[in-house]
Order: sequence, then C-alpha cells, then structure tokens
Amino acid sequence: MQKFSALSLLRAGLTGHAGWQRQWRSPEPKSGYDVIIVGGGGHGLATAYYLASRYGVKNVAVLEKGWIGGGNTGRNTTIIRSNYLFDESAGIYEHALKLWEGLSQELNYNVMYSPRGVLMLAHNIHDVQSFKRHVHANRLNGIDNEWLSPEECKEFCPPLNVGGSMRYPILGGALQRRGGTARHDAVAWGYARAADALGVDIIENCEVTGIRRAPTGEVVGVDTTRGSINAKRIGVVAAGNTSTVMNMAGVRLPLESFPLQALVSEPVKPIFPCVVMSNTIHAYISQSDKGEMVIGAGTDVYTSYTQRGGLHIVNHTLDAICELVPAFRRLRMLRNWGGIVDVTPDRSPIVAKTPVSGLYVNCGWGTGGFKATPGSGEVFASTIAKDEPNKINAPFTIERFRDGAVIDEAAAAAVAH
Amino acid sequence: MTGTYRVRRGDVAESRNAVHFTFDGKSYQGLAGDTLASALIANGVHLVGRSFKYHRPRGFVSAGSEEPNALVGVGATQSRYTPNLLATQVEIYDGLVAESQNRWPSLETDAGFLNEYFSAFLPAGFYYKTFMWPRTAWKKLYEPVIRRMAGLGKAPAEPDADRYTQVFAHCDVLIVGAGPAGLAAALEASNSDATVILCDEQAEMGGSLLSDRSASIDGMQAADWARAALDELRKRPNVKLMSRTTAFGWYPHNFVGLNERVTDHLSNPATNQPRERLWQVRAKEVVLAAGAIERPLVFTDNDRPGIMLAGAARTYVNRYGVVPGKQVVVFTACDSAYRAALDLKAAGARIQVIVDLRKSVSGYWVDKARAEGIKVRSDSIVRGTSGWLRVKSAQISNAQGGDAETVACDLILMSGGFTPSVHLFSQSRGKLSYSEELRAYVPGESVERERSVGACKGLFALESVIESGAKGGRDAAAKAGFPPHGERSYAVSAQSVGADAFIGSVMTDHQAEKRAWVDFQNDVTAKDVRLATREGFRSIEHVKRYTTTGMATDQGKLSNMNALGVVSKQIDVAVPKVGLTTFRPPYTPTTFGSFAGQSRGDLFDPVRKTSIHAWAEAQGARFEDVGVWKRAWYFPQVGEDMHAAVARECKATRESVGIFDASTLGKIEIVGKDAAEFMNRMYTNAWTKLEPGRLRYGVMLREDGFIMDDGVVGRMATDRFHVTTTTGGAARVLSMMEDYLQTEWPDLEVWLTSTTEQWSVIALQGPNARKVLEPLVDGIDLSADAMPHMSVREGRICGVPTRLFRVSFTGELGFEVNVPAGYGRAVWEAIFAAGKPYGITPYGTETMHVLRAEKGYIIVGQETDGTVTPDDAGLGWAVGKAKRDFVGKRSLSRPALVREDRKQLVGLLTTDPKVVLEEGAQIVLDPTHPIPVPMIGHITSSYWSATLNRSIALALVRGGRSRMGEELSIPMPDGVIKAKVVDSILFDPKGERLNA
Ligand SMILES: Cc1cc2nc3c(=O)[nH]c(=O)nc-3n(C[C@H](O)[C@H](O)[C@H](O)COP(=O)(O)OP(=O)(O)OC[C@H]3O[C@@H](n4cnc5c(N)ncnc54)[C@H](O)[C@@H]3O)c2cc1C
Repeated sequence: MQKFSALSLLRAGLTGHAGWQRQWRSPEPKSGYDVIIVGGGGHGLATAYYLASRYGVKNVAVLEKGWIGGGNTGRNTTIIRSNYLFDESAGIYEHALKLWEGLSQELNYNVMYSPRGVLMLAHNIHDVQSFKRHVHANRLNGIDNEWLSPEECKEFCPPLNVGGSMRYPILGGALQRRGGTARHDAVAWGYARAADALGVDIIENCEVTGIRRAPTGEVVGVDTTRGSINAKRIGVVAAGNTSTVMNMAGVRLPLESFPLQALVSEPVKPIFPCVVMSNTIHAYISQSDKGEMVIGAGTDVYTSYTQRGGLHIVNHTLDAICELVPAFRRLRMLRNWGGIVDVTPDRSPIVAKTPVSGLYVNCGWGTGGFKATPGSGEVFASTIAKDEPNKINAPFTIERFRDGAVIDEAAAAAVAH
Repeated sequence: MTGTYRVRRGDVAESRNAVHFTFDGKSYQGLAGDTLASALIANGVHLVGRSFKYHRPRGFVSAGSEEPNALVGVGATQSRYTPNLLATQVEIYDGLVAESQNRWPSLETDAGFLNEYFSAFLPAGFYYKTFMWPRTAWKKLYEPVIRRMAGLGKAPAEPDADRYTQVFAHCDVLIVGAGPAGLAAALEASNSDATVILCDEQAEMGGSLLSDRSASIDGMQAADWARAALDELRKRPNVKLMSRTTAFGWYPHNFVGLNERVTDHLSNPATNQPRERLWQVRAKEVVLAAGAIERPLVFTDNDRPGIMLAGAARTYVNRYGVVPGKQVVVFTACDSAYRAALDLKAAGARIQVIVDLRKSVSGYWVDKARAEGIKVRSDSIVRGTSGWLRVKSAQISNAQGGDAETVACDLILMSGGFTPSVHLFSQSRGKLSYSEELRAYVPGESVERERSVGACKGLFALESVIESGAKGGRDAAAKAGFPPHGERSYAVSAQSVGADAFIGSVMTDHQAEKRAWVDFQNDVTAKDVRLATREGFRSIEHVKRYTTTGMATDQGKLSNMNALGVVSKQIDVAVPKVGLTTFRPPYTPTTFGSFAGQSRGDLFDPVRKTSIHAWAEAQGARFEDVGVWKRAWYFPQVGEDMHAAVARECKATRESVGIFDASTLGKIEIVGKDAAEFMNRMYTNAWTKLEPGRLRYGVMLREDGFIMDDGVVGRMATDRFHVTTTTGGAARVLSMMEDYLQTEWPDLEVWLTSTTEQWSVIALQGPNARKVLEPLVDGIDLSADAMPHMSVREGRICGVPTRLFRVSFTGELGFEVNVPAGYGRAVWEAIFAAGKPYGITPYGTETMHVLRAEKGYIIVGQETDGTVTPDDAGLGWAVGKAKRDFVGKRSLSRPALVREDRKQLVGLLTTDPKVVLEEGAQIVLDPTHPIPVPMIGHITSSYWSATLNRSIALALVRGGRSRMGEELSIPMPDGVIKAKVVDSILFDPKGERLNA
C-alpha cells in the first residue's frame, strides 16, 4: 500500500501526481474464497478488513452489486455517538467509538472523524427523565454523556433557539463530547484500500443472486451476475436488502425495509459547531466541512425499496429545523435523497450466526448504523473467523426475537440516528 | 441609458425605468426588468465571485438558474439576508443591496487566493491523504481551518422576518416550462375542458423565444408571439399561469412540488404577502417542457471572468440589451454559437474569430457569419487564455496542437451543444437513454403519466419543438379525459442550428498538465477527474464523490456531461457504461422556509387545550406539554415554588378534597354486538363477565408482550364500552385497534369512535368528594353501597348529562365526572363552588403523579419503557390467564419474559428520608465495583411525599420482588445514596380510603 502522508502528497505534487496507484484493485472473481462478504458498504468492507488484519483470514472477497459505499454508507448523515442506554448497545457502540478514535491512522486514510459533540435536546419532561436515565447509565458504563441546562445548550451551540417562542421549548440536553461525525465515503474507501492491500478482493458490479447450499445444508457458494463463486463461509451485510439476500438461503428475518431521507443545504461559512439531535420534534443537523447543513429526516410509514420518500416527511423535518434555528429559514435545500434502512422489531441490530451452517448475518442497523461501522465489522469478523459470537455481539442474535431477550433502545428513548 | 454596455435593443432596454442598487457597497443603476447580472454587465462589471477551493476570480457563465459562479448575498438587513442567490436570477429593485461572497478582504484582493499557489498539492481528494497526524489534530487544527476556507456565503445572523405558505392543488395537466414547447402545449391542452397549470422558473415566460431575434412564428417575431400566446392563455378560465415558479421535485404518482417566489423581486412587498409559496400539485397528466442547458467547453484556463456560454451572451444582448464584451472570441462545437456571434456583432461588438472544434464546417449559419466578414477557424481550439480579473486574450491553435495564435479579447463565448433538462423526468424514475448524436441523455420510457416535449426531449429545431409541444399538450389533455376541441397550426420560420455537440475535455495530449475546469464552482479540473480514475474511482458516483464534480450548487447542470466525457475517454469505456449520477430534488436550491410553511411557533403542532384550560390559566397554573396537550402542572399561590405548591395540593386532597382536570385522557367508544369479544382480544383483561355499570382497569400490550397503554374502561351496556387511554397514547391506541379490526378481524361487528374531545373529565378526589358532589347530582345514588369503587352511572349533574365514574388514581375516595365538553367549564365551576366549604383545591399533573406514586400506580411511559410486561409492573392480576388469546399473549410465554430475574416494580425508601432520588438514576449492588459497574435497575419515579413526610420512589429492579428489605446503592456523581426495597404501595395498602 502506498503510504499517504503530507510528505507523500508534497512529493507527488512536484511530479504532477502521476505516481498515485489505484486505491483498490478491480480483480476478476476467483473460483472460490474462504469467506465471501455480500455487500460492499462500510460494514461489509470493515468486516473484510478486520478478517484480514486481525483474524488472519485473507482469502476474502467482498461482493458489491453496485459501487462500494453506494448504499446507506454513502447516504447517511454520519452521526456518531455511543451514549446508548442498555449495556448491550453501549458495549457495541462504544467498541466502535474507540475504533473511530484511531481509524484514520490505522487505515492510513483520513476518515475525518470529528468529535465535535452530539447534543440531544429534550423538549418535555418525559425527555428530561429519559435523558437523565441515559446520563446515569452511561456514567456507570464509563461512557461520557452529560446533562446541559438550556443555557448551557445555547452556549455549546449558539444558533439554537433557546428561550424563544418554540412550541416545544428546549428544556436541556444530553451531550456526548466524543460524539461527532466522519466522512462517510472515506470510511468505505479507506477500509477498501486497507483490505485490498491485505489481499482482499473487492468486486464491484457483482450482485449476489443466489446462495448455494450443500445437500447437508451448509453453504458452499454464491451465484452472482458475474458467475458462481465458491465460499466456505458467507457473511451477509446488505442493509436494506438483507431480507432479500437471506431469503436466497431460505432464512426469514424479522426485518422491515423503509425509505429514510436526508438532505443538505447550500454551503455556508461555519456557523453550526456540533451535531444536534432532537427526536421529539424530528430534527438532526450538523454542518459538513464543505459548509452544507446536513439534515436527517424521518422514515416513511410504509415499507418500500425505492430510495426516495415522501415530500411531507421533508416538510416536517425542515419545519423542526427552522424552529430550532429560525435564521436557517432562508437557507436553501440543495439536495434531498433517500436510502433503504433495515429495521428490526427492537430497533437493534442482528450480528450473528444463522440457522444455516457457514452463513452469518450483520443487519438491522436501521437508521443508525454508520456510527457502529468499525465495531460492527470487527465483531462480525471475529464471529465469522471463530464461528462463534464475540462477547460484544453475543446478545445481538436472531433468536432474541423468538425468546424475547430484546434490546429495545427505541422504546427506551425513541431515538433514531 | 444606464451603463456603458447598454445597447438599444431587447425588451429591457426599452423599459426606461432606472433602478438603483448597490453591489459590494458601490451604487449602480440598472433598468426595471434587469437581473442583477444583466445590470452589472451593463455597468461593465464581470468580476462577481470567487471559486470554492482556489478562490479564483470568477464572472458570469450563464444567464439562468444553472449559474455556478455568480453567487451573491442579498438583503439590507440580517433578518432578510439570503446567501448564495444567483445574480443571474435576482431581479433588481430600488434599494437592492447585494454583496459578493467567499472573499476576504475584498473581491479584487482575496487572501484565500493563496490556495492557488499551493494548488499543485491540493488535487482531488488530497484531504483523504493527509492531516492525520497527530491523532487529535484533525478536529482541533486542520478541520477548523478547512471549514473556514470552505462554505460560500454567510448564513443570516437573525431569525427570518418573512412568512411562507403552502398550497395544495389538483389539475388535469401540469406543464413545466413556458418556452416554445410549453406554450404550445398549454395552448393545445387548454383548448379543452382540462384545467391547466403552466409554470416557469423565470420572471417572464417565453423561455428561449425571448432571446431569439432571428426566428418568427405566425408572422410575428418570436418574443412577440410568446407574448401573444400568453395573452391568449391568460384569457382562458381553465389556465393558471405561474411565473417565478420552479417545479423542483417529482414525487410518486404525479405529485409535483412547485416553489413560487412571491416578493423577492419587490422593493416594498405588501405586508400580507408571503415570501414564497410551496405548491404541492397532484396532476393527472404532466408535460415536461423544461428546455435544455448549454454545455461549457473544457479548455485550459476556461474559468476567467469574461468567459461565458454563447447562449447566455445572446440572452444578455437580445433580451436585456447589454453587451457582455466588445472584443469577442467564440469557441464552439456547434452552430448555435454562430447565432450569438451574429447577434453580438449586430449590437456593435467585434467578433475576432469563431474557433470551431469541428473538422469541417458549413451550412446556413457558417455561411452567414462568413458573409458578415467574421473569421471562422475550423478544427481548432482555444488552448489557453490570459487575464486575471477579466479575460484578456485567447490562444488559438489547431485541435491537434501546433503553434498558437494569441488574440486579444474581453469576452470568450463557448458552446459544447445542449444538455436536455431531464431532471424531473429522471426523478419520476423514467429511464434515460444516451444519444450518441447529442452527446447527452434523453428521456426514454415513462413510468408515470408524463411526456417530455421540446428541448428537454432532445429536439432543438424550433419547428419540431413547437410541434412536439403541441402534440404533448393535446395528448395530455386527452389522456386526462378532455379531448381538445381542435388543433391549430403554427407557421414557424427559423433556421435550424443542428444538434452537434461535444463532451469531455478539448485539451490536446500535450496539455495534460494544464488546468481546464469541469466544475467551475467546486474547482474541479479535467486533471482532477483523470487523477480520480487513475486512483481507481471509475464509477461516475465515485468520481463525483472523490473530486466533488457535480456537487456544487448547480448540481452538475453544467459539469456532469463533461465529467462523464473525461472519464469515458480516460478509461476507454463508452459513456453509458460509465454510469450516471442520480437526479434528485430539488431542481434548483429551494428555501427551507417554504418547506416549513406556516408551521412555526404555536402553529408548529396543534395546541390542544381542555375546556377548563382558561380557568386554570386565570388561577395562575403552570402548564406542561403532554403530547400536543397543555396540561395544568401545578397551581402555585403567591410566594410558592413548585415544591410548596405540590405539597399543599397533595395534603388538601388527602385531607379533604382536590379537583383535577383529566379531560386530556384519550377516550374511545367501542360499540357493537362483538364489543366484548373485541375488548377481550385487545386487552389482557377478561371483559365478558364485567357487568354493565362496572369499571375495570385495562392493560393493553403490543404484539411483543410489553405494555403499550392502560386505562379505566366502563361497560355502559352489554354492547358498549367507554374506554380511556393515556393522554399521549390516544391516537396510537385507536390506530392499533382500527388496524386489528380492519385487517385481522373484519368479521367482528364493532365500531370505534374517538370521543376524547367530546367529554370533559373532572376528577374529584378526597375524603370529602362525595359530600361535594352529592347535592349536584340527579338520579344517581352516590352511597358506597349503591355505587361502590369501580362503578359507573349515567345521570345528570348540574342539569347536564353525565357518565359518572367512581374511580381513584389517588387512593382516595374519588369520582371522575364526564360531561359533554361544552359544559365542562360550567360544571367545573359549579363543583368548585360547591367544594368551597371543604377547602376544595385544584391540583395539577405533578400532584397527580405524587399521589398515584404513593399508591404504587404506574404511569405508562414512566414506569414502563416498552420493555416492561404486566408481571414486571406488578399487574399480573390484570392478565386473564384463562383467556384463549389477546394481543401479546403468545409473547408473554417467551423464555426471556418469564425469567425470575426480570426487572420488577418495587418501592424504594432512601435511608435518609430527606434525600429525594433523581428519576433515571441507576441502582447497583456494589458501588465500589470498577467501571463498568453492573446495574440492576433504575428509579422510575421519585418525589417528596408530603403525606408520608419523606421521600418516596418507585423503581424497576432485577428480581425486585424477592429483594424486599434489601439495601441497594444508587451511585451519584457526588456520592452513593442508599435505599431499601419495599412494596410499591406505600400508602393505605389495604385500600380502605378509596373504598370509603
Ligand atoms: C438517510 C440516512 C441517514 C442515516 N443517518 C445515520 C446517522 O446519522 N448515523 C448513523 O449511525 N447511521 C445513519 N444511517 C444508517 C446507516 O447509514 C446504516 O446503518 C449503515 O451505513 C449501514 O451500513 P452497511 O454497510 O450495513 O449498509 P450499506 O452501506 O447499505 O451497504 C450494503 C451494501 O450491500 C449491497 N448489496 C445489497 N444487495 C446485494 C446483493 N444481492 N449482492 C451484492 N451486494 C448487495 C448494497 O448495494 C450496499 O452497497 C442513516 C441511513 C440513511 C439512509
């Protein structure tokens, strides 16, 4: 792998940048692999990278039906935080957050992890109680999260409409200072480049159309738009399309796929210093390094695979944004898009073995899985390599929906991203 | 005349009304009808902006909504300041204040230009390769610097002073774009009974006809014909014309979003006018007539002020009467630029040379140019330019290279052909197909009920444009069910300009090191695009994201096709194989405020108030938001804080009588032969044996077995239940009931009616409650024997009909008086008056919370959080064990739901009775355990109990019911609090008071 650094950039600049190599190869699929990862989003690429770098499994291919990072990874609003309520969630998201902190260096790719603070606003007494519960639980789990009064919220994020005439005034907020954002594309590319350097084949424009199983039940390979490929183990990480892919192996999952929208404004000079989330009025906002306001909207109420949602959802998000920051009313929407999120009944992911031998699944991250990318990839790699769940992902089974050991963060706080 | 570059030509120039405005603090004059761009050009101003990355000086490239460079901030005050507006779209008015952006200290000398010197080290994606050391420096050092350099304009510093509204509309035919195709479509479609909406983003309708001095239709000059057509349309009652209205987004099933700009062009808008209107239009049929956008040519240093699209120059000179330059070099790959050259020449400019990329050139326009003495050079390129704040010269050579000739100029026009505006078509999910001939994508098969006509379909000859528009209009009306009454014909006289076009970079191979801009605003050069492909970014989506080409505020309107061309050539893959980035709304940037509409302040969400609200307000109550309701929280008397008020309210209720407004509780009337069966299925409880006249506390689960809602239910008759729900849960419960009724059990004869707003509910609680009520009630015996706890009677109170519940959420003898909401206030006041001798005390939700907590009654959403079963909450008794089924029953027997160590509801008493625990605080066994500390539960409710004269708390604790008497720890940041596990009923455990 060519080293990226200020110095290498400087040198290349003097020679017209002629020497830069491909960041990842574009290999033809081999006839077989030890592990095939279905889905070249952040989670799939991270899984491949950790398989090769930490678990010694290098004969790995990532099969992506389009271009890597083109699913939810490249569509999300990149909010990163780990201040989840339940121990199980806190465990996996904090594992991810710790990896984020050194990710640029580990991958030698600037993923622009920016711990600028995630402030979650409370607008009624129920919110206040719920956030305080989070703050206390997080403290005992060693996760930073602090309660801010309305005035402290204003100090931390001056554009906020604190004390103004809001229908649901800001009554305070929970702030995780280590929370923030990262550059989504760079995450996919950085993992791809690092995995490729370790020998992983990243195969784009290669849609998996079937999962082949031996008469004895275990998986033996996949059919794809680029031919059949053998595999000893298969990890499915296909986000909104997971239920479709898992159906190919005869596994039904408790997943529903919904369109989730996001939008950006035109770029403006820096004005919004942190990430603000307000679940009660449905507003999620941060400012990108380019200057755009990056805004997360809600899901449509109906399931669908079209990567677009209704206009009324956008209206509702922007009325909330304009309430939070009335000066933003004159900003303009530059682009609005949707992605398909895979939602489980308890809004927590599944990172687990499946009833089919050799088949593993990592899905159900729904509206909030970008933040988990490194952690999810790491524990999924471990699960595939060892054929048993890691301690961190052990609670995130498929069976929990049958047995009732659910991890219902949504019910606890109704927070999405 | 205003401005040295104004010529007596074009409609604007004929308007004689001078308009005064300022740009960067300097005063200028324009004419009414000018855009900021045409007015500045009239004054010889071409330098209007700086680019995003290298801060290079920039001028106008276009004359419309595709402009990448001329972004300005407009507004004299911060509350009406808008950044990033296009000077090519801003209409001037007296007093307009505009300024340039992204420059410091001034537009002429901008320090950001230092980046230009380092540009060799800042290629596409450079930031992914560096700024990684040391670890925390990205956030602390590099990112803040990058953020300051980036961004375009400044966000306004004050809340927006304007208003926005929203309109929903239906029409038979919606036509987008009022150029020749759209006008013809409108004339034909409205020649029927169809209702037609015609919208156009520009201030004046007519599109390309307004800039065309050579074509004529029906014997009239193009622009005159457009005005005549508009006059005709205006007279038709079935037509609505909407100028300054952009169709920005296509949503499923012919649902189109339009943004109408109402006041931005006015110096003194009427105060009752909104700034913008968002139209949400459902159209039976849509005609897309959105035209085409001219494509720049990608040549070395093609970004200097004074280099613009040929068609834009034609618009400036023909429509606005301003010449953008006096010494002109034209660089083209198609005929249409010749028209611009001829029009400019006619306006007095000198055309130095027309440089044509095509190998050989011929035809009407070429001949005409030559006949006018203009030098034409075929098979040639502009291979470089000079000039800093304005272009000074062009270097011209053969297309393959060779010696260059330098030609002085103050304006370079360019044209690479036209790109059809397929944005809305593509948003509608219609498939695009690539046309080799046009070097552009054109609409293929439709998915929705729409058709594209004119230039956006790839037609460029005026005659066929009008013909396709006319046909599209007729077709749309007919498909909508309104066959047109006839057809008309159009006598078009115009010389065709053909359809030649070019995409990609025109640079010779020797010029690889030079910079030629593909995306002007974002400073993406052909070199950057090639670098991206070399680094393996081959999908066009990857190229876009790595280089940022097409991500500027024009969203690739000018750059996308050229970027595709560069990639296609570099990796030797046909254009359609490279892919195409997705077209997304909005077509052009659209104001946040218009999406938000009227939804602001109190209109953000409905404010629901009970009929007793005003009374509480008059008493000085403080309110809290519960769902959309405002509820009285507590009633402070002079000098009281919340603590004191609540203590007083509690005491009064326990000792005598309190009165509480419970009207916000959700209410559903469930009626029908199968009502009891329906109740059996929806609730955990058994309902069959509940007699009419009795009440029962009902628990409702979600399918997963966890508590969803609760409430007291009265059986009014064998086939009629009066159901109450939580305040926040009313809508949710009704939808779930309807969902089951309509989809799972359509065979049940049951009707559900929301009656939340029909009843006012007055809770009267306390030992003296009966005494207060008795004299007011007619036909109901309130005695304990006749009307025991948990019963309901119908009768009259204060002469009005009531459903009187004997029920208690406080543990006291209590009644809930339901009366029709219109009588609520009067009955409340009558009860209040009757209670005076007993010191009746109004109390709010906080006191209600305390009183019920003393009794261990749960509040859904506080004791429960979606993970709590009836048994966890101590409500196992409410589950009908013998019932065959109910929603959630099967889930209740799942292994994790029957474990012994589930979190169970218990009471907690702190060792120090004065310490009130914090709600949400976590409970542990060993507070000295290192982090992470295993947690066994949390405090769900915690209050000071005036009744017990100590603090009380409810908590969910792992295996809580088997821990009675155990001391647990609650570690807080400033120390550990100890508390003992007790039963959750802390007051009157035998229930003697409520049965009194
Ligand atoms: C609008 C939006 C906003 C969001 N905001 C946030 C946020 O702020 N914070 C946060 O943490 N999360 C957020 N999320 C969620 C987050 O994006 C996802 O949880 C996360 O990115 C999922 O990553 P992934 O790698 O699993 O999925 P993806 O990136 O979707 O990758 C799955 C890949 O599988 C491929 N694939 C599918 N089927 C096949 C097949 N048959 N064969 C081959 N390949 C296939 C797809 O093409 C895709 O590339 C948001 C999501 C959306 C849509």
